[in-house]
This record gives sequence, C-alpha cells and structure tokens, in this order.
Amino acid sequence: MAEDKSAQIEKVITDSLISFGANAEDINRDAELTALDIDSLDLAELSQIIEEHFGVELTSGDVAEITTVGDAIDIVAERS
Amino acid sequence: MSEARPAEGCALVTGGSRGIGAAIARALAADGWPVAVNYLTGANAAAELVAAIESSGGRAAAIEGDVADPQTAAVLLEAAQQALGGPVLALVNNAGVRADGLALSLSDEDWRIVLDTNLGATYRLTRAALRAMIRARFGRVINIASVVGPRANAGQANYAASKAAVIAFTKTAAVEVARRGVTINAVAPGLIATDMTEDIPQAFRDRVPAQRAGTPEEVAAAVAFLASDRASYITGSTVYVDGGLSA
Repeated sequence: MAEDKSAQIEKVITDSLISFGANAEDINRDAELTALDIDSLDLAELSQIIEEHFGVELTSGDVAEITTVGDAIDIVAERS
Repeated sequence: MSEARPAEGCALVTGGSRGIGAAIARALAADGWPVAVNYLTGANAAAELVAAIESSGGRAAAIEGDVADPQTAAVLLEAAQQALGGPVLALVNNAGVRADGLALSLSDEDWRIVLDTNLGATYRLTRAALRAMIRARFGRVINIASVVGPRANAGQANYAASKAAVIAFTKTAAVEVARRGVTINAVAPGLIATDMTEDIPQAFRDRVPAQRAGTPEEVAAAVAFLASDRASYITGSTVYVDGGLSA
C-alpha cells in the first residue's frame, strides 16, 4: 500500500512538472526543480494539485524547503 | 494564443447590486457570463437585478457578504460556484467605500476602513480566485480603481491611496500569472453618475473635458471587454473611463 501511495505521488508530481514545461526525460528524484525551470508560480500550483489529490496542505515554508523532485515526493508521502 | 473562456466558469462582481457594479453585472450577463452579484446592504436591489438578468435569458445569483471581512473571500467564491455551477473565472473587484476628510483630520478608522475595503478586499479576493484561474489556464480579474489616486483630489487622501495601490497591485499581480492565461487589469472611472457621486461639487464636473458625468454602462463596457476573449493580450493595464479627465 505504501509503495502504491508513493508511486501515485510520484506520478502526480511528475505529470504536474511536465504540464509546467519540464522535459520528462530530465525528471528523476535527484533533479533540482530550478534545473527543470520550475519556478515559484509552478510550485504554488503544484501545492494546489497536491492538496486536491492527497489532502496535504503545504505552507510557503514547506515549499521553500523543496529543492529536488525527491524532496517534493517525500514531504507529501510523509504527510498523507 | 490564450485559451478561450471555459464553458463552466462564472463571474463574480463585488458590490454588484447598484451603480457601477450593477451595470457591470448586466454587461457580463449579456456577454454570456453566469454572474454572482455580491451585495452587503442592497438585498432587494440585488434580487431585482438577478430577476432582470434572468428575464433577459441570463443566469445570475445574489450573494450576501461583507468583503471587508477577511473570511468573506473564500465564502463568496464557494457560494458563486455552488449557485452557478462553475468556478469564478472572472472576478470584478468593484466594492468600495469613501470616508472623506482632509488628510490632517482623517481618523484612524476612516483610513482603515477605506484601505481595507478598497485595497485589502481586492487583494484577498484576487488571491483566492487565482487558485482556480491558474488551474483553468484562464482568468480575468478586473479591479475598479479611480482617477483619484493617479490624480490628487483634496479630501480623499485615504481613497486616493487605496485606489493608487489597487493600480500598483494590479500591475504586479498581472505579471506573476500572465503565462497561465490569466489577465489582471484595472478600470479607472472618473466622475460617474451614481448615488456615490451625488455630492460631487459642480466645480469638479466642470473640469471634465467631456463636460458631463459618465454613466455606469460606459464603465461596464470597458469591464466587459477586458473580461472577454478579445482582451486576452491585455494585462497589467489601467483603462481610464473618465471623459478625458486624466488625459
């Protein structure tokens, strides 16, 4: 179950990043969001998407601590 | 190209039961927007406006709420969506108040209520509405400013400060969300014939190059255009509807 959840979170985040313009082949756990050209507006929208899908509310402080794709997946997985 | 207006979105006009707000609600309804008419004290006027829009084949709902209350923004957006079946994708921040006096004699409350209603509520509603708009890749925010602000008007330091700040807010918020298909603009009316301007001195009217007061419908026409698909590349702008007063 936990693995399913983690995979689901990874898929939602990956799909969102692609919809924001990131190249799918560049996305992996270690990829830095800035290197994917993800900016603060994208992160604000990603927070909404995460809230809609998983009921996890990320504060601006939480978002500020997210550097890599893996950071985003992990914080949602911990709280959902 | 920008996205076309999604079929399921609705419009919300704050302070929409009378004057400029009512004209805006009618104009948006005529353009096919389902319109939520927010009011604070004008329940009967709002109900009559909704009935008039519906009898013309449009859709509308009256929603009570004090925009000066920080809790109201989320409540209004939810109520509009519930009543009209889609998220607010056109927001017209029209509700405004005056509490005139010379700057040297304005009370703290005169200052606070004008800034919090005219500027604070505009910010809070915009912040809340942008969530659905950026997800929809379409949104229209139109903030009703004033020629007072960019221009001085003795006795209205609080009002002028609030409206100038609305224009500044409009510009910066607009650039933040432009690439999501969301536009944010201001419309700055000059002297418009409503019950809010009945006490404007004749000397002020004489300074209007058009030599007359404008009508609420002339302001509403600018708002309806900015809310339309045709205005998709206009953002961060202020449109003056003032008979040349600010020229």
